[in-house]
Amino acid sequence: MTASEKISGAEIFFECLKKEKVEYIFGYPGGAVLKLYEHLYDVDFLKHILVRHEQGAVHAAEGYAKASGKVGVALVTSGPGATNTVTGIADAYMDSVPIVVFTGQVSSHLIGNDAFQEADIVGITRPITKHNFLVRDVKELAYTIRKAFYIASTGRPGPVVVDLPKDVIASKCVFEYPEEIDVRGYKPTYKGNSNQIKKAAEVISKAKRPLLYVGGGVIMSGSSEELKIFARENKLPVTMTLQGLGAYPGTDPLSLGMLGMHGTYWANRAVDNCDVLVSLGARFDDRVTGKVETFCTSAFKIHVDIDPTAIDKNVVVDLPIVGDVKHVLAELAAEMPSVPDTSEWLDKINDWREECPLEYENKDGRLRTEFVIEKISEKTKGEAVIVTDVGQHQMWTAQHYKYNNPRSNITSGGLGTMGFSLPASIGAAFAVKDKPVISISGDGGFQMNIQELTTAVYNKLPIKIFIINNSFLGMVRQWQELFHKEKYSFTDLGPSNPDFLKIGEAFGIESFATSNPQEVDSLLDRALSINDRPVLIEFRVVKEDMVFPMIPSGASISDMMVKRLNPKRMI
Amino acid sequence: MKHTISVLVENRFGAFDRVATMFSGKGFNIRSISIGETEIEEISRMTIVTEGDDKIIDQVVKQLNRLIDTIKVVDLTLTPHVERELALIKVSVPKGTLEEIKNINDIFRGNVVDITHRSVTIEVTGPPDKIDAAINLLSQFGIKEVARSGIVGLKRGEQTKIQKVKTLTT
Ligand SMILES: Cc1ncc(C[n+]2csc(CCOP(=O)(O)OP(=O)(O)O)c2C)c(N)n1
Repeated sequence: MTASEKISGAEIFFECLKKEKVEYIFGYPGGAVLKLYEHLYDVDFLKHILVRHEQGAVHAAEGYAKASGKVGVALVTSGPGATNTVTGIADAYMDSVPIVVFTGQVSSHLIGNDAFQEADIVGITRPITKHNFLVRDVKELAYTIRKAFYIASTGRPGPVVVDLPKDVIASKCVFEYPEEIDVRGYKPTYKGNSNQIKKAAEVISKAKRPLLYVGGGVIMSGSSEELKIFARENKLPVTMTLQGLGAYPGTDPLSLGMLGMHGTYWANRAVDNCDVLVSLGARFDDRVTGKVETFCTSAFKIHVDIDPTAIDKNVVVDLPIVGDVKHVLAELAAEMPSVPDTSEWLDKINDWREECPLEYENKDGRLRTEFVIEKISEKTKGEAVIVTDVGQHQMWTAQHYKYNNPRSNITSGGLGTMGFSLPASIGAAFAVKDKPVISISGDGGFQMNIQELTTAVYNKLPIKIFIINNSFLGMVRQWQELFHKEKYSFTDLGPSNPDFLKIGEAFGIESFATSNPQEVDSLLDRALSINDRPVLIEFRVVKEDMVFPMIPSGASISDMMVKRLNPKRMI
Repeated sequence: MKHTISVLVENRFGAFDRVATMFSGKGFNIRSISIGETEIEEISRMTIVTEGDDKIIDQVVKQLNRLIDTIKVVDLTLTPHVERELALIKVSVPKGTLEEIKNINDIFRGNVVDITHRSVTIEVTGPPDKIDAAINLLSQFGIKEVARSGIVGLKRGEQTKIQKVKTLTT
């Protein structure tokens, strides 16, 4: 290709992906993107992974992005291909995952004509993308792709959609990739205000009962090391949101585990009693705060976030710092005038820890999710990449898996998308080769993107596919028992569930099942020893268990239900 | 409280929709909205009148800033500024009232832009409360139709600085 040679939009597309160092595209072909697939056939610098449903492509891109820190990429056709991506895009938007989704579009002259497989995907995804583009001219293609990657991966990350009309991909122009990029309406603030940081350091150093409240922003900005240094040097206890788990080692004495609705008793008591709360890359969402009016009322609140809209949105804070947590933490550590004396406070937290540990019934010989998760945590020493779905098993994993590393906890938090785990674990398995990747789903959610088993098998991905089968839409059943008069309306899956063993086998996956706690060890050993293909284990657990502690939706920490009052058994 | 917010946006496909979608998606109110060209070809100015307490207005401004296509967001209500609106008011003319209507028109420094033997259309420009007053006074004759442009506004004094775009596309 010479500098003045004109090439097609399709060729430009791949030249751009090469410049962006894209390794994998998760995609599914169709009429509007045939020209791209024609060129893809001969492309060797990246690998295209054929999923079995476009939702799977987006979740896989998310899993890849979350595990690697790079931008995940999906490519789909127009119309139904594009609309199938909507849930995944909304998911990435809620959890700030950097992905770029390329959608085919009908030819420019047909747009608006209700043409075959036309959908206004730019209109549809406007409220669920960080930004989106319809490319109207092949001359804009390269710069638009450059901008898409830039916007997706900088500031508070998020999904970007690029809609590519068929004629744009087919027309030709000279390829030129802009090295520099400058979007005048988009200037993220990375460095925090020094005076504010200095003030924060003073407040923290004088605190008697300080608490770090850590969210996904710490992981995304790659500041786990800074966090470790800051917390340890100043003896500050750390509690994490669902997305924050992994930011700080779960086994460290300063870690209080997760806070919020299903957080630990001691983390929530600490939030309620702290005198200085330092929020790092978290957004005070309702699953964390419960009733805002009673959330952490007496503490001085410091909020560090790269997104100004996160500040004062749900909870009004005393000291906002807009900036990248990485920069701010480093500066904060350097500015600390003295180390606060927190020994009494840490003792108090330990008393709470002993008062109400995470307990579960384990003497009756029946299999329980908590036990399975504890075993997985032990066997993998907190080093695995755990990809959960949505529901009770997700909360039990958050409580009992002791994540040691950032980017090892991949879950759908903000949107709570059932069916996330299996495709996301596929994306993660492409990013992570040296650690086990474990997908954990409920029997409900597993069936929502079950088709991606094919993708895992075809690509020989060594994913451990664990199904926690409680024969119920467990989390909904829990709410029905607690808040809806025990009307188990349409949540009993038992009678209609398929035979998961046979399903696994039909897809060509070595599959196991157990309901015996004593078999868990050997089955896990077996699964962890398989490294060249997927393996499936169905854990048949008790039906009636509930996740505790629980602060009901919109309630206060004082309303926390610590354990079940009258255990019952559902056969 | 009502706030008038001036937003400079890229004059680009979908930019207006983004702002409107943000308002509806977040449940913010739009009392009036106007959009038009500026001295710079690729930039449009939207003037939005919204309503809410301080916390809501703070979010409105932040959320507007967060949109990639917005270049500058100014809450005019917090700074010295001018606001103007244009209204076309079509009034009935009962027998013998034309002189009186013309008098009111003169007081408001309006223009008569259309006239038939049954109605006259008056154009009035000014701050929104002046328009309200004009409509109020003219209502005794019977108002047939009103079209208001929505408010446009500018900060008093110095101009807003805007970064020039480098042309990166070939
Ligand atoms: C796509 C989607 N539909 C519905 C829900 C509502 N929902 C939340 S948890 C849950 C139950 C999940 O059941 P299962 O997958 O079996 O997991 P468990 O709670 O039993 O661990 C449901 C239906 C959801 N989160 N996502």
